[in-house]
Amino acid sequence: MTIETSIAEQPPTTTTQRAAVAQLQRRPNARQLAIAVVCLGSTIAAPFLVSNFLIFQMTMVLVYTIAILGLNILTGINGQLSLGHGAFYAAGAYTAAILMDRWGIGYFWTLPAAALVCFVVGFLFGLPALRLEGVYLALATFALAVVTPQLFKLSPFENWTAGVTGITLAKPDAPFGLPLDQDQWLYLFTLAMTIAAYVCAHNLIARRGGRALMAIRDNPIAAQSMGVNTALYKSLAFGISALYTGVAGALGAIVLQFVAPDSFTFSLSIALLVGLVVGGVGWLPGALFGGAFVLFVPNLAESVSKGLSGAVYGLVLITLMYVMPSGVGGLLRATRAFASKRYD
Amino acid sequence: MELLIQQLVSGVATGGIYACMALSIVMIYQAIHHLNFAQGEMAMFSTFIAWQLLQWGLPYWIVIPLTVAISFSGGIAIERIVIGPLGEAAVLSHAVVFIGLYAVINSLASFIWDFTTRPFPSPFGAGSQFGNLISNQQIGMIAVTLLVLALLYAFFRYTRVGLAMRAAAENPTSARLAGIRVGLMAALGWGMAAAVGSIAGVLIAPIVFLEPNMMLSILLYGFAGAVLGGLSNPAGAVAGGFAVGVIENLAGTYVPVIGSELKLPIALLLIVIVLVFRPTGLFGRTIVQRV
Repeated sequence: MTIETSIAEQPPTTTTQRAAVAQLQRRPNARQLAIAVVCLGSTIAAPFLVSNFLIFQMTMVLVYTIAILGLNILTGINGQLSLGHGAFYAAGAYTAAILMDRWGIGYFWTLPAAALVCFVVGFLFGLPALRLEGVYLALATFALAVVTPQLFKLSPFENWTAGVTGITLAKPDAPFGLPLDQDQWLYLFTLAMTIAAYVCAHNLIARRGGRALMAIRDNPIAAQSMGVNTALYKSLAFGISALYTGVAGALGAIVLQFVAPDSFTFSLSIALLVGLVVGGVGWLPGALFGGAFVLFVPNLAESVSKGLSGAVYGLVLITLMYVMPSGVGGLLRATRAFASKRYD
Repeated sequence: MELLIQQLVSGVATGGIYACMALSIVMIYQAIHHLNFAQGEMAMFSTFIAWQLLQWGLPYWIVIPLTVAISFSGGIAIERIVIGPLGEAAVLSHAVVFIGLYAVINSLASFIWDFTTRPFPSPFGAGSQFGNLISNQQIGMIAVTLLVLALLYAFFRYTRVGLAMRAAAENPTSARLAGIRVGLMAALGWGMAAAVGSIAGVLIAPIVFLEPNMMLSILLYGFAGAVLGGLSNPAGAVAGGFAVGVIENLAGTYVPVIGSELKLPIALLLIVIVLVFRPTGLFGRTIVQRV
């Protein structure tokens, strides 16, 4: 018996695990394919039907989706809590901005660069983080989130980062003479990146490495005794997670055409964490809901009441956690379970 | 040398603020085993209540007990209404609820009392000791922190309720089997944390001034102190709070590149380095896990 099968054969204990394993092992049936095609079709058609501002907002939702996907790999799949993913987002954004602004590199090529930089940074940060657990890890990542924007302000780096002023970027045009305006092109570009990111993440966790990550989350000691190299996998999870969030940051910089240290404060990390929990921890498609929540709900709260927008936002969060403590993913699972009990 | 002493003393003085906050964080951690992001905002709200009572002309010796009592009931109310119904939800769901609470309390306070920065009268008078090295307020603050620490220590060590609270937090299932009302203990824990927080707020407010965002950075330092000292140990948390204050001041004075902007990052960095070598804080217990 290989290690690989022995982990897969362990009976999944919690509902989340069971659902996750079921989800991973199933091949999509005709109905799911139909749903996927309709969703994809409507998301591709969307930028030709709505206003430019809404296209921009939808693009940002996708950017946050990629970032939350990354956080989900670390926190949801591998069980390491991070309050500092805003730092990786910032690192990605600055990598892209500096490459485009100082060295005139094309926006497309900044993405692999941001991915590489953030993977290395994340992996290296993951090494000391190996020794920390729970709240202590939360504090360490939190420190990272607080330190990073300050680093970009430091005078020795001002040649590249332009200090507090930040860097302004140009908006890319659609390539190959496609009949698209800049916003539409950026949206479709980001959409393609999001789909690629999602497929990669899905395939990653469906395979041996993904099972090892989940085994570490559920019982690190048992995973280790099964032969999983926990130190390596946990650092890798940090690296890959940072890679995703860094790519999101680079895309975000391209879409917003601006980076400055103060766009990447601690509240960005908190927003990503909230998005993760609202979407569903450990459920990859939840990232999309999380991204939408991060972008739209604060604005909605503001439109309900200017003076009490924070209170409205907080109440929405608390109510959501009552109604669906395990996020949109948990709610969908519960609904499906309820429906199948009722009508089978 | 004189500069060093001066910086040490002023580090200890600011450390007193963080120690206060760290203490109330550890209190609530002992009772519920979650880090409460809304702790600082709860303390801020209590401080505003104290200010309002003073504004209405009540004397200090009525205001303080009244504020503590209101905060205590407020903490219990929050636990009963908001936290209790969550039950066994995941750690992250709790974290999000805390973030929600943070937003609600902060927004309410700025709605009721707006963003004006207000001076808060010191309960210890305005003078200072040792040739202006340390103000009466700072001495009073440190003394009260240590007193509260001693009282809490005695409470958790020698009283039935205190022991029951620790048991309920440590192992809810066994505690319930032993006849402890776990829910009630959690509520008491929240009440006490809110009460300790209100004392911290009233002690801190004369130094940092009163406004809805006054607690944000203090909460961060408080967390850092609590985690540095070890979350399982109130005395460790207080020591951690003082240590953070001293580190922050010394780093700000002696490391050249660091302006006031970088004090917090440096303090946090040092703490992370400490944590890498002592993963459960300086004074924390290592928890042995059974497989």
